Order: sequence, then C-alpha cells, then structure tokens
Amino acid sequence: MVKVVPPVDNAKVPLTKPVEGVGGKTGLWRTMYKPVVDSSKCTKCFLCEIYCPGVCIVVDPVKGATINYDYCKGCGLCTDVCPVKAISMVPEE
Amino acid sequence: MPMKIALTGNYAVAYAVKLAKPQVIAAYPITPQTPVVEKLSEFVESGELKAQMIRVESEHSALAACLGAALAGARVFTATSSQGLLYMHEIIHWASRVRAPMVMAVVSRTINAPWNIWPDHSDFLDQRDAGWVMAYAMDNQEAFDLTLQAFKISEDPEVYLPVMVGLEGFVLGHTAMPVEIPDEKDVDAWLGERRQPYVVDGSEPIGVGGLTWPEDTEDMFYGIQQAMERAKSAIKRVDAEYGKLFGRSYGGLIQCYRCEDAKYIAVSMGAWSGELMESVNMLRDEGYPIGVARIRFYRPFPHEDLWEVARSARAVFVFDRAISFGSWGQIYADLVAGLLLHTNKLPPVMDIVTGIAGVHVSAEDFYAMIKKLIEKVESGHNIGYFEWVRVRR
Repeated sequence: MVKVVPPVDNAKVPLTKPVEGVGGKTGLWRTMYKPVVDSSKCTKCFLCEIYCPGVCIVVDPVKGATINYDYCKGCGLCTDVCPVKAISMVPEE
Repeated sequence: MPMKIALTGNYAVAYAVKLAKPQVIAAYPITPQTPVVEKLSEFVESGELKAQMIRVESEHSALAACLGAALAGARVFTATSSQGLLYMHEIIHWASRVRAPMVMAVVSRTINAPWNIWPDHSDFLDQRDAGWVMAYAMDNQEAFDLTLQAFKISEDPEVYLPVMVGLEGFVLGHTAMPVEIPDEKDVDAWLGERRQPYVVDGSEPIGVGGLTWPEDTEDMFYGIQQAMERAKSAIKRVDAEYGKLFGRSYGGLIQCYRCEDAKYIAVSMGAWSGELMESVNMLRDEGYPIGVARIRFYRPFPHEDLWEVARSARAVFVFDRAISFGSWGQIYADLVAGLLLHTNKLPPVMDIVTGIAGVHVSAEDFYAMIKKLIEKVESGHNIGYFEWVRVRR
C-alpha cells in the first residue's frame, strides 16, 4: 500500500491539473461547427470530459454532459470519442 | 530469525529487494547485472515475492516502466550496468525531477568502447548530475544493507529522491561471501508502507512533468538540492537505526578506517577499498600514519565529513577509478571543491587515477603508490596534483 505524504518542505512537484478553459475564452472564434449533446443518448461514461483538450465539458452523473461554449473551440474530439454517438457537430448559427 | 548464507553481490542485492517487497520490477538483461533480476524472477516465479515482473525491450523502457509504476504508488526496483545505464540516462533525470522514490542497483562495468565487461566506476559516476542519491558498496553484505536502506531513504518525506546503489561487477557481483539476512518481520516493521509525495491513481486527471514557466522549474530544482542536503541527516539516521535493529552500522556517508591518528588520508570508493585498507595495514606496520576515508555516498557529497577527517592531514591521496577526460577523477574534483568550502589553506591533495577499465589494483600496488607519495611529502618534495598510474606496465 502507499501513503501520500507531502515533502517536509512542501517542495513544488511538477504536477498539472486541468482547469476549465485552459486555452482561454473562444469569443467570436470557433470552427464552423459546435458540438451538441443529445442527453437522451448520453450514458455518462465521462469519455468526452476526459478527452476535451479545452477542459470545457463536465459530465454530471445524472444529467450527463454539458458543454461550456465560452471555451469550446469546436475541435470535435468529443464527437469522435463518444461511444454512443450522443454528440454531433452542428453548423453555427 | 536472521540467517547467514553465502551470496554473490548480485544475489545479495536480490535478497535485499525481496525483503523490501516491491510490487513492480522491470529490467533488461545486461552483463554483469543479469543475475540480480534472474534471481528476482525466480522469487516471483516461486511465489516468494508477489511482484509484477515486466519484461521490456530496453533499459530506457525498464526505467520508464518503473517510473510509471512508482508514480502510481508501487514500490519499484530495477538493475542495470554500463551501456544499459547510459541508455536509461534520460529517464534517470525524469525520475529525480518528478521526485519519484525508487531504487536501482548499478552493477558497475566499464563504459564501452572498446567492449569491456570488467568494473571501473565510469558508468556509475556518469550519473552524478542526475539528482539521484548515489551509494556505493564495498562488499556483498554492504550491497545487501545499502539496497534495503535505499528504499527507506528514497521514501523518506525529507528526501523523496530515487536512490542508486553501486557495486562492482564480478569483483562483488559474481563473488560469494557470507551475508547476513535479517528477519522478514523485523524488516517489514522497520521499512513500513511506501510513502511518496503524490500519486497518479486515475482518481482525477493529472499531468506529470508538463510545461512550466522557468521560475517554477527553477523552484523545483531548488527543491531537489534542498532534499539532497536533508538526505545527509536522513542517511545517517537510517544507518544508525539499521545498526541498532540489525547489528550493522557503517558510520554514515563515509566510513573511516584507522583515521583517528592518521597524518595521511587515502580517499576511495567501492570494492577496491578493501585492498586499500590492507595496504594501510602494511604501511601502519612500518610506522606510516595513514588511514582510509571510504565514500559510501557520493551524492549527496559528504564534504563536511571528509573535511573532519582531512582537516589536519599532511596530505590527502584520492584514488579515482574513473576519469572525466580532460580534467581528473570525479571524486577528486568534488573533494577539492568541497574541502575549499571549509578552508583556504588546503593540504596537498593528490589524485591518483588507476584501475581504469577494471585493471586489478592489488594491496601491494596501493602500498607501493602510497609509500612513494608519503616519502616525497616527508622529504619536502611537491607531489603534484594528478597522476594516472597504469599498474603492471
């Protein structure tokens, strides 16, 4: 077994944890398409949340995936990794 | 019950690792290290050691596998030599810079080319800037004790650095001597469960070693230097408590032999220190007041302890079994710089580079070299600072 004990001097260790919108706000810029979740299909598997490079998808165990469009760049990775095709790319209005 | 059995240096390391109960071992075979992991795989096969043995396609992968497992929370071990150690070099730096506790045995063998399997310290000392705590054994019992202690030191929150334990291939690696093995229950109680500064266990997304600003990186490297300083007292503490529990204490970062009243100090590291100590006995019989300061831990470098031994010496002779081409032996360079932190009036410090590429240096060879140097000093001659002595030519 392992016990996590911080270094005695709380020395910095090279860890990074994802934060929402790590790439900054998208503003008017996005690809021509944005991902839209069909919550009736979502199985709450968390894959889209894990893969999203902008860290702007949160999966709620009950409600399913929610996308924060302030940060979404429209890369479409979530559509690719979704095993039940619950996310589709739709043209921007 | 503790038991005493005849073990080669390689098997002594394997028995120590078995007692430390790592969950993951990854290694790639290389002469003269291979019997270490062969023995460990026997232990795994027979069920005596419940560890995952990962066979990999290279040493780079061996250490990478260990690093991943260590970050995931496993106690890990690997062993290598010479070219294999060089091939690992990138991950060696990774392991210390992400503060991953782990233990590696380095069964020393001269760096190629030309092809050579005999031991000098070139492979081990090539890792000196990598941020690992670096220990080196003189005999099989010490190889056993250091390997076991390495886990304790590495997983100490004062330290949290990987530890490598060196021993000469063949000279120790393939030569048997009686080794005392402590009782498993006593070791379990002393070593305790693994500790580490963070764990990557999949409970949250986490990146290790990602891009940082220069200031953050510098802070982390500063932390390694601070940990190295604290490691000095951690090593001494572990040595003392090990002595109390298991009956063997070596004196910390260096071991002194007949230094108390010595006017001359010979500094060395590794198995050939045994021959050097024999030569000291011969010289003592003739009235020459000489002692040996043997380096057990090369990183952190024990300059304080060496200063205590060398401060009143008439001369210090350093025996280096590796060389930084274009300068001198690595131990000599560190020793001179280290002593100069304590004084601006050094006694003559002479570097004797010898035994390179595994050339055997006998007690008689040491005796002849040292006697000549002492006589020079006593007669008021300058002994110079460096000589590469190629014995028997």
